[in-house]
Amino acid sequence: MRGTIVIAGIGHTAFGKLPARSTVSMNVEACRKALEDARIDKSMIDAVFVKYPTSGLEGKYGQKVAEALGLQPRIGGVWDQAGASNISMISFAAMAIERGQCEIALVCFADNPNSGSRKVFERSLGDDAIYGWFGVPAGYAMIAQRHMADYGTKHEDLAAVAIACRRHGAANPDAQLKSPLTLEQYMSSRYVVEPLRRDDCCLLSDGGAAVVVMNAKRARELGVPRPVPILGFGQGQTSWEVPQRPTLTSTCAAVSAQTAFRMAGVSPKDIDVAQIYDCFTITVLMTLEDYGFCRKGEVGHFVREGRIEIGGDLPINTSGGLLSETGMPGMQLVLEGVRQMRGTANRQVPDARKCIISNQGGIMHTHSTLILAND
Amino acid sequence: MTETSDFPLPEVTPLTAPYWQALAAGRLVFQRCRKCGHAWLPARSECNACLGDDVGWENASGRGRIVSWVIYHYAFNKAFRDRLPYNVAIVALEEGPRLITNIVNPEAGLAADRPVELAIGQEHGVALARFCVV
Repeated sequence: MRGTIVIAGIGHTAFGKLPARSTVSMNVEACRKALEDARIDKSMIDAVFVKYPTSGLEGKYGQKVAEALGLQPRIGGVWDQAGASNISMISFAAMAIERGQCEIALVCFADNPNSGSRKVFERSLGDDAIYGWFGVPAGYAMIAQRHMADYGTKHEDLAAVAIACRRHGAANPDAQLKSPLTLEQYMSSRYVVEPLRRDDCCLLSDGGAAVVVMNAKRARELGVPRPVPILGFGQGQTSWEVPQRPTLTSTCAAVSAQTAFRMAGVSPKDIDVAQIYDCFTITVLMTLEDYGFCRKGEVGHFVREGRIEIGGDLPINTSGGLLSETGMPGMQLVLEGVRQMRGTANRQVPDARKCIISNQGGIMHTHSTLILAND
Repeated sequence: MTETSDFPLPEVTPLTAPYWQALAAGRLVFQRCRKCGHAWLPARSECNACLGDDVGWENASGRGRIVSWVIYHYAFNKAFRDRLPYNVAIVALEEGPRLITNIVNPEAGLAADRPVELAIGQEHGVALARFCVV
């Protein structure tokens, strides 16, 4: 099915602080804009896949969104792989379309932790709270510490990721955080959970985003103006909680990427631009290694001297990523990948022909990968 | 000083009671599957290697090594605000199971694979499996 399924349309709300907007309302706005972008009437939608709002899981949420869209989808509901869900749902939509289970799918996500509750990101797990073990950043810090110990990864390497994302986000009028970051500013910013500083951690954001997924032939028949072919996708799940994980320094991102590269018939050297899930800077470093862009332990060298910035060997997160554009878990990276393949990105990578996108969730528990092409 | 009523104490269940009772008696215990020999923490009712449910408790030697560690500079829970900065570590016991803990003498040097020994401590009336760098 390489290239037979396309992303036909993309849409998103404003990002940042959107008080008084419900997650259902933001999902509807994002879906309306994605349908307008695809020039598809909503009556043609027969599948609605929804990632649940991270800050508030509620039963039958997919039905609430479908009701607000005025749709009775053949296939639909909520999928939970935390931050890996959006790409996974796009891949499930593609497979369902390929097998005739539905024809045109909406895949969407919205959340409002910035104006609502952020408790989910600060809670403890099980009985370990008595030791002071709280918060998502601490899990990633535990992983970063071991990566630094095993491979000599430096604070400057983490900084290179934050600096690239903030530089790209500063040029994005839709970005929530539009201030570039210098190495000096990074090195003097306070630790949250050492070795991670404030600038290693993604934003908390309200907002929504959606894509329309359909068959390439059907998109041509319907006159979809700018369809972007899906070349490959994959998933991987580590599942172990951080303390029980046999190794902290590699993840099932490798499995996910191998599956996606094999399906797409391409390898890392064929990729021109990447949108790498940057909930924390360490996630980007390990994903680049696990995807095979460099050898394990050599990512520090790979990201230095602007190689992951526009103009470098592998520009990443060209609209700012979770560190600068919006902290929402992953769909914004898919949208930017689509814009890069259309040639319409705000910071366009010249002649970009293939884009890889990563989504991941929990504390590197789950991973999903998407490879897009420009024709 | 934080009131005990505000402190995040473990919820002792029939499954976890043997673990906490052993610590109160000065011993660290872990679970081992009697069928396949797999060993683990924290407590679960089935072995996740062979899926068997014939599970027993064993005493740990108390020796292990640091897998990784972090230093909190921000208190996600206000009960820990007056302890900042404080450490949380993952320790792998020599028998295999891994657990979240605190290192009681971080000034001795926190490092990957550094050997540690059990140093049971009290926290709001609960005996905890803390460790010291040796």
